[in-house]
Amino acid sequence: MHSFGYRANALLTFAVTILAFMCAIASFSDNFSNQTPSAQIQILNINWFQKQPHGNDEVSLTLNITADLQSLFTWNTKQVFAFVAAEYKTSKNSLNQVSLWDAIIPEIEHAKFWIQISNKYRFIDQGHNLRGKDFNLTLHWHVMPKTGKMFADKIVMSGYRLPDAYR
Amino acid sequence: MGLIGETIDSIKSIQIRQLLTQAISLGMIVTSALIIWKALMCVTGSESPVVVVLSGSMEPGFKRGDILFLRMSKDPIRAGEIVVFNVDGRDIPIVHRVIKVHERENTGEVDVLTKGDNNYGDDRLLYAEGQQWLHRHHIMGRAVGFLPYVGWVTIIMTEKPIIKYILIGALGLLVITSKD
Repeated sequence: MHSFGYRANALLTFAVTILAFMCAIASFSDNFSNQTPSAQIQILNINWFQKQPHGNDEVSLTLNITADLQSLFTWNTKQVFAFVAAEYKTSKNSLNQVSLWDAIIPEIEHAKFWIQISNKYRFIDQGHNLRGKDFNLTLHWHVMPKTGKMFADKIVMSGYRLPDAYR
Repeated sequence: MGLIGETIDSIKSIQIRQLLTQAISLGMIVTSALIIWKALMCVTGSESPVVVVLSGSMEPGFKRGDILFLRMSKDPIRAGEIVVFNVDGRDIPIVHRVIKVHERENTGEVDVLTKGDNNYGDDRLLYAEGQQWLHRHHIMGRAVGFLPYVGWVTIIMTEKPIIKYILIGALGLLVITSKD
Protein backbone atom coordinates (compact mmCIF):
# COMPACT_ATOMS: atom_id res chain seq x y z
CA MET A 1 0.00 0.00 0.00
CA HIS A 2 2.93 2.27 0.50
CA SER A 3 5.14 1.19 -2.36
CA PHE A 4 6.65 3.67 -4.75
CA GLY A 5 4.27 2.54 -7.50
CA TYR A 6 1.14 3.27 -5.52
CA ARG A 7 2.36 6.63 -4.35
CA ALA A 8 3.45 7.70 -7.81
CA ASN A 9 0.09 6.62 -9.20
CA ALA A 10 -1.89 8.53 -6.55
CA LEU A 11 0.25 11.64 -7.02
CA LEU A 12 -0.11 11.57 -10.78
CA THR A 13 -3.88 11.10 -10.66
CA PHE A 14 -4.24 13.93 -8.19
CA ALA A 15 -2.01 16.23 -10.25
CA VAL A 16 -3.94 15.57 -13.45
CA THR A 17 -7.29 16.10 -11.70
CA ILE A 18 -6.16 19.42 -10.25
CA LEU A 19 -4.82 20.53 -13.63
CA ALA A 20 -8.10 19.67 -15.33
CA PHE A 21 -10.01 21.52 -12.62
CA MET A 22 -7.84 24.62 -13.03
CA CYS A 23 -8.36 24.61 -16.80
CA ALA A 24 -12.12 24.38 -16.27
CA ILE A 25 -12.13 27.25 -13.76
CA ALA A 26 -9.94 29.41 -16.03
CA SER A 27 -12.40 28.87 -18.84
CA PHE A 28 -15.40 29.52 -16.60
CA SER A 29 -13.94 32.85 -15.45
CA ASP A 30 -14.20 34.07 -19.04
CA ASN A 31 -17.98 34.23 -18.64
CA PHE A 32 -17.66 37.13 -16.22
CA SER A 33 -15.77 39.52 -18.43
CA ASN A 34 -17.62 42.62 -19.57
CA GLN A 35 -17.19 42.93 -23.31
CA THR A 36 -17.80 46.23 -25.10
CA PRO A 37 -16.07 46.18 -28.45
CA SER A 38 -16.70 48.83 -31.07
CA ALA A 39 -15.97 49.12 -34.75
CA GLN A 40 -16.58 51.21 -37.83
CA ILE A 41 -16.05 50.33 -41.45
CA GLN A 42 -16.02 52.70 -44.38
CA ILE A 43 -15.80 51.79 -48.02
CA LEU A 44 -13.32 54.26 -49.42
CA ASN A 45 -13.38 53.17 -53.01
CA ILE A 46 -14.72 50.56 -55.38
CA ASN A 47 -11.56 49.69 -57.25
CA TRP A 48 -13.23 47.65 -59.94
CA PHE A 49 -16.41 45.70 -60.50
CA GLN A 50 -16.57 43.19 -63.33
CA LYS A 51 -18.17 40.01 -64.55
CA GLN A 52 -15.54 37.29 -64.78
CA PRO A 53 -15.18 35.00 -67.81
CA HIS A 54 -16.90 32.15 -65.96
CA GLY A 55 -19.97 34.32 -65.37
CA ASN A 56 -19.55 35.34 -61.73
CA ASP A 57 -19.44 38.92 -60.55
CA GLU A 58 -16.34 40.10 -58.75
CA VAL A 59 -15.70 43.36 -56.96
CA SER A 60 -12.59 44.83 -55.41
CA LEU A 61 -13.00 47.37 -52.60
CA THR A 62 -10.75 49.50 -50.44
CA LEU A 63 -11.92 49.47 -46.85
CA ASN A 64 -11.12 51.67 -43.90
CA ILE A 65 -11.55 49.67 -40.71
CA THR A 66 -11.43 51.20 -37.23
CA ALA A 67 -11.96 48.97 -34.22
CA ASP A 68 -11.42 48.79 -30.50
CA LEU A 69 -11.44 45.19 -29.33
CA GLN A 70 -9.45 45.71 -26.14
CA SER A 71 -12.30 44.75 -23.84
CA LEU A 72 -12.39 41.24 -25.31
CA PHE A 73 -9.02 40.28 -23.82
CA THR A 74 -9.05 38.48 -20.49
CA TRP A 75 -6.17 36.86 -18.64
CA ASN A 76 -7.15 33.58 -20.29
CA THR A 77 -6.99 34.92 -23.85
CA LYS A 78 -4.35 33.68 -26.24
CA GLN A 79 -5.43 35.64 -29.31
CA VAL A 80 -8.44 37.26 -30.92
CA PHE A 81 -9.14 36.46 -34.55
CA ALA A 82 -11.04 39.27 -36.24
CA PHE A 83 -12.47 39.28 -39.72
CA VAL A 84 -14.77 41.41 -41.85
CA ALA A 85 -17.39 39.66 -43.96
CA ALA A 86 -19.82 41.00 -46.52
CA GLU A 87 -23.30 39.51 -46.13
CA TYR A 88 -26.01 39.76 -48.75
CA LYS A 89 -28.98 37.94 -50.17
CA THR A 90 -29.62 36.92 -53.76
CA SER A 91 -32.52 35.25 -55.50
CA LYS A 92 -30.75 31.88 -55.55
CA ASN A 93 -29.05 32.07 -52.15
CA SER A 94 -30.79 33.06 -48.95
CA LEU A 95 -27.48 34.01 -47.36
CA ASN A 96 -24.04 34.71 -48.72
CA GLN A 97 -21.14 35.47 -46.44
CA VAL A 98 -17.82 36.38 -48.02
CA SER A 99 -14.84 37.10 -45.83
CA LEU A 100 -12.96 40.13 -47.12
CA TRP A 101 -10.20 40.58 -44.57
CA ASP A 102 -8.98 38.95 -41.40
CA ALA A 103 -6.27 39.49 -38.82
CA ILE A 104 -4.86 37.76 -35.81
CA ILE A 105 -4.55 40.01 -32.76
CA PRO A 106 -2.11 38.37 -30.37
CA GLU A 107 -2.01 40.99 -27.62
CA ILE A 108 -4.23 43.61 -26.11
CA GLU A 109 -1.92 46.41 -27.28
CA HIS A 110 -2.73 45.57 -30.91
CA ALA A 111 -6.47 45.38 -30.31
CA LYS A 112 -7.21 49.02 -30.98
CA PHE A 113 -6.43 49.64 -34.61
CA TRP A 114 -7.11 51.60 -37.75
CA ILE A 115 -6.32 50.01 -41.08
CA GLN A 116 -6.90 50.88 -44.69
CA ILE A 117 -6.58 48.00 -47.14
CA SER A 118 -8.13 46.48 -50.18
CA ASN A 119 -9.91 43.18 -49.69
CA LYS A 120 -7.60 40.31 -48.83
CA TYR A 121 -9.90 37.65 -50.22
CA ARG A 122 -11.73 37.93 -53.51
CA PHE A 123 -15.33 39.05 -53.32
CA ILE A 124 -16.89 36.73 -55.89
CA ASP A 125 -20.59 35.99 -56.17
CA GLN A 126 -22.20 32.74 -57.28
CA GLY A 127 -23.77 34.28 -60.36
CA HIS A 128 -24.06 37.86 -61.50
CA ASN A 129 -26.32 39.42 -58.90
CA LEU A 130 -24.11 42.10 -57.42
CA ARG A 131 -25.13 45.17 -59.40
CA GLY A 132 -26.92 47.60 -57.13
CA LYS A 133 -26.80 45.09 -54.29
CA ASP A 134 -27.31 46.24 -50.70
CA PHE A 135 -25.10 44.42 -48.27
CA ASN A 136 -24.00 44.40 -44.64
CA LEU A 137 -20.44 44.48 -43.46
CA THR A 138 -19.98 42.50 -40.29
CA LEU A 139 -16.95 42.55 -38.05
CA HIS A 140 -16.69 39.12 -36.43
CA TRP A 141 -14.32 38.23 -33.64
CA HIS A 142 -13.33 34.88 -32.25
CA VAL A 143 -11.66 34.82 -28.85
CA MET A 144 -9.29 31.87 -28.58
CA PRO A 145 -8.41 31.12 -24.95
CA LYS A 146 -5.31 29.67 -23.41
CA THR A 147 -7.53 26.78 -22.30
CA GLY A 148 -11.22 26.05 -22.56
CA LYS A 149 -14.23 27.43 -24.34
CA MET A 150 -13.96 29.74 -27.34
CA PHE A 151 -16.28 32.71 -27.76
CA ALA A 152 -17.38 34.38 -30.95
CA ASP A 153 -19.62 37.33 -31.69
CA LYS A 154 -20.06 40.09 -34.23
CA ILE A 155 -21.10 43.66 -34.98
CA VAL A 156 -23.34 44.13 -38.01
CA MET A 157 -23.08 47.35 -39.97
CA SER A 158 -25.62 47.83 -42.70
CA GLY A 159 -26.27 50.38 -45.36
CA TYR A 160 -23.59 49.57 -47.91
CA ARG A 161 -24.45 49.32 -51.57
CA LEU A 162 -22.61 48.26 -54.68
CA PRO A 163 -22.81 50.41 -57.82
CA ASP A 164 -25.51 49.72 -60.36
CA ALA A 165 -23.16 49.19 -63.27
CA TYR A 166 -19.86 47.44 -63.87
CA ARG A 167 -16.77 49.59 -63.92
CA MET B 1 18.38 -11.95 -12.82
CA GLY B 2 16.36 -12.05 -9.63
CA LEU B 3 13.58 -10.09 -11.32
CA ILE B 4 13.31 -12.57 -14.18
CA GLY B 5 13.28 -15.46 -11.69
CA GLU B 6 10.53 -13.76 -9.71
CA THR B 7 8.55 -13.08 -12.86
CA ILE B 8 8.74 -16.70 -14.00
CA ASP B 9 7.72 -17.88 -10.52
CA SER B 10 4.74 -15.59 -10.41
CA ILE B 11 3.65 -16.66 -13.90
CA LYS B 12 3.86 -20.30 -12.85
CA SER B 13 1.84 -19.71 -9.70
CA ILE B 14 -1.15 -18.13 -11.39
CA GLN B 15 -4.42 -19.89 -10.81
CA ILE B 16 -7.06 -20.02 -13.46
CA ARG B 17 -9.68 -18.21 -11.37
CA GLN B 18 -7.35 -15.35 -10.54
CA LEU B 19 -6.37 -15.04 -14.19
CA LEU B 20 -10.00 -14.89 -15.27
CA THR B 21 -10.76 -12.25 -12.63
CA GLN B 22 -7.92 -10.14 -13.87
CA ALA B 23 -8.97 -10.58 -17.47
CA ILE B 24 -12.49 -9.49 -16.62
CA SER B 25 -11.24 -6.42 -14.72
CA LEU B 26 -9.14 -5.45 -17.69
CA GLY B 27 -12.12 -6.00 -19.98
CA MET B 28 -14.26 -3.81 -17.74
CA ILE B 29 -11.76 -0.97 -17.94
CA VAL B 30 -11.58 -1.18 -21.71
CA THR B 31 -15.35 -1.35 -22.13
CA SER B 32 -16.01 1.56 -19.78
CA ALA B 33 -13.57 3.66 -21.79
CA LEU B 34 -15.49 2.67 -24.91
CA ILE B 35 -18.82 3.51 -23.27
CA ILE B 36 -17.56 6.96 -22.30
CA TRP B 37 -16.34 7.55 -25.85
CA LYS B 38 -19.65 6.52 -27.40
CA ALA B 39 -21.60 8.59 -24.88
CA LEU B 40 -19.50 11.62 -25.81
CA MET B 41 -20.31 10.96 -29.45
CA CYS B 42 -24.03 11.05 -28.61
CA VAL B 43 -23.84 14.14 -26.42
CA THR B 44 -21.83 16.23 -28.85
CA GLY B 45 -23.57 14.91 -31.96
CA SER B 46 -20.28 14.49 -33.74
CA GLU B 47 -18.55 11.38 -35.02
CA SER B 48 -15.37 12.31 -33.23
CA PRO B 49 -15.96 14.51 -30.24
CA VAL B 50 -12.26 15.14 -29.69
CA VAL B 51 -9.57 15.66 -32.33
CA VAL B 52 -5.86 16.29 -32.12
CA VAL B 53 -4.41 19.16 -34.16
CA LEU B 54 -1.84 17.63 -36.49
CA SER B 55 -0.53 20.52 -38.57
CA GLY B 56 0.55 24.09 -38.00
CA SER B 57 -1.97 25.60 -40.38
CA MET B 58 -3.99 27.27 -37.63
CA GLU B 59 -1.10 28.77 -35.68
CA PRO B 60 -0.73 30.68 -33.46
CA GLY B 61 -4.21 29.77 -32.28
CA PHE B 62 -3.90 25.98 -32.44
CA LYS B 63 -0.52 24.38 -32.38
CA ARG B 64 0.37 20.82 -33.24
CA GLY B 65 -0.50 18.64 -30.28
CA ASP B 66 -3.47 20.59 -28.98
CA ILE B 67 -6.80 18.86 -28.65
CA LEU B 68 -10.10 20.32 -29.78
CA PHE B 69 -13.56 19.60 -28.43
CA LEU B 70 -16.15 19.37 -31.17
CA ARG B 71 -19.87 19.75 -31.30
CA MET B 72 -22.20 19.27 -34.21
CA SER B 73 -25.68 20.75 -34.19
CA LYS B 74 -28.32 21.37 -36.79
CA ASP B 75 -27.49 25.09 -36.73
CA PRO B 76 -26.45 26.42 -40.10
CA ILE B 77 -22.77 26.79 -40.84
CA ARG B 78 -21.66 30.41 -40.71
CA ALA B 79 -18.48 32.26 -41.59
CA GLY B 80 -15.84 32.36 -38.86
CA GLU B 81 -16.64 28.99 -37.36
CA ILE B 82 -13.78 26.57 -36.99
CA VAL B 83 -14.91 23.32 -38.56
CA VAL B 84 -13.44 19.86 -38.85
CA PHE B 85 -13.99 18.20 -42.18
CA ASN B 86 -12.99 15.15 -44.16
CA VAL B 87 -12.11 15.41 -47.79
CA ASP B 88 -13.48 12.56 -49.93
CA GLY B 89 -10.85 9.92 -50.26
CA ARG B 90 -8.69 11.14 -47.39
CA ASP B 91 -9.02 9.88 -43.86
CA ILE B 92 -7.22 12.60 -41.94
CA PRO B 93 -9.64 15.29 -40.73
CA ILE B 94 -8.67 18.91 -41.30
CA VAL B 95 -9.43 21.71 -38.87
CA HIS B 96 -9.81 25.09 -40.57
CA ARG B 97 -11.97 28.20 -40.46
CA VAL B 98 -14.92 28.91 -42.74
CA ILE B 99 -14.35 32.04 -44.81
CA LYS B 100 -17.15 31.88 -47.37
CA VAL B 101 -20.72 30.63 -47.11
CA HIS B 102 -23.36 30.47 -49.82
CA GLU B 103 -26.62 29.04 -48.56
CA ARG B 104 -29.37 28.05 -50.98
CA GLU B 105 -32.78 29.59 -50.55
CA ASN B 106 -35.04 26.59 -50.85
CA THR B 107 -33.13 23.52 -49.86
CA GLY B 108 -30.92 24.96 -47.14
CA GLU B 109 -27.91 23.30 -48.73
CA VAL B 110 -24.75 25.24 -48.30
CA ASP B 111 -21.47 25.78 -50.16
CA VAL B 112 -18.59 26.42 -47.81
CA LEU B 113 -15.00 27.48 -48.38
CA THR B 114 -12.40 27.09 -45.66
CA LYS B 115 -8.90 28.34 -45.00
CA GLY B 116 -6.29 27.73 -42.35
CA ASP B 117 -5.46 30.91 -40.43
CA ASN B 118 -1.77 30.45 -41.02
CA ASN B 119 -2.05 29.45 -44.69
CA TYR B 120 -1.67 31.95 -47.47
CA GLY B 121 -4.40 30.59 -49.73
CA ASP B 122 -7.75 28.95 -49.25
CA ASP B 123 -8.30 25.22 -49.06
CA ARG B 124 -9.32 24.56 -52.66
CA LEU B 125 -5.95 22.84 -53.16
CA LEU B 126 -6.83 20.41 -50.39
CA TYR B 127 -10.26 19.50 -51.68
CA ALA B 128 -10.84 16.59 -54.05
CA GLU B 129 -10.16 16.96 -57.75
CA GLY B 130 -12.55 19.51 -59.25
CA GLN B 131 -14.24 20.25 -55.95
CA GLN B 132 -14.73 23.97 -55.30
CA TRP B 133 -16.89 23.91 -52.17
CA LEU B 134 -17.49 21.84 -49.10
CA HIS B 135 -20.99 20.70 -48.26
CA ARG B 136 -22.65 19.94 -44.98
CA HIS B 137 -22.02 16.23 -45.16
CA HIS B 138 -18.26 16.78 -45.27
CA ILE B 139 -18.27 18.61 -41.97
CA MET B 140 -17.88 16.53 -38.82
CA GLY B 141 -18.14 19.19 -36.18
CA ARG B 142 -17.43 22.69 -34.98
CA ALA B 143 -14.62 23.38 -32.53
CA VAL B 144 -15.98 24.84 -29.30
CA GLY B 145 -13.11 24.48 -26.85
CA PHE B 146 -9.56 23.40 -26.60
CA LEU B 147 -6.79 22.15 -24.36
CA PRO B 148 -3.13 22.77 -25.16
CA TYR B 149 -0.40 20.11 -25.35
CA VAL B 150 -2.56 17.15 -24.28
CA GLY B 151 -2.65 15.69 -27.78
CA TRP B 152 1.08 15.02 -27.96
CA VAL B 153 0.50 11.60 -26.40
CA THR B 154 -1.60 10.58 -29.39
CA ILE B 155 0.83 12.07 -31.91
CA ILE B 156 3.78 10.23 -30.37
CA MET B 157 1.90 6.95 -30.30
CA THR B 158 0.83 7.33 -33.92
CA GLU B 159 4.14 8.41 -35.37
CA LYS B 160 6.35 6.07 -33.39
CA PRO B 161 4.26 2.92 -33.02
CA ILE B 162 7.12 1.18 -31.25
CA ILE B 163 6.27 3.24 -28.16
CA LYS B 164 2.67 2.03 -28.34
CA TYR B 165 3.82 -1.60 -28.41
CA ILE B 166 6.24 -1.09 -25.55
CA LEU B 167 3.50 0.54 -23.46
CA ILE B 168 0.97 -2.20 -24.13
CA GLY B 169 3.59 -4.86 -23.50
CA ALA B 170 4.57 -3.30 -20.18
CA LEU B 171 0.93 -2.94 -19.16
CA GLY B 172 0.23 -6.55 -20.04
CA LEU B 173 3.23 -7.70 -18.03
CA LEU B 174 2.11 -5.60 -15.07
CA VAL B 175 -1.36 -7.15 -15.20
CA ILE B 176 -0.01 -10.68 -15.33
CA THR B 177 2.53 -10.29 -12.56
CA SER B 178 0.55 -8.19 -10.07
CA LYS B 179 -1.05 -10.07 -7.25
CA ASP B 180 -4.29 -8.12 -7.05
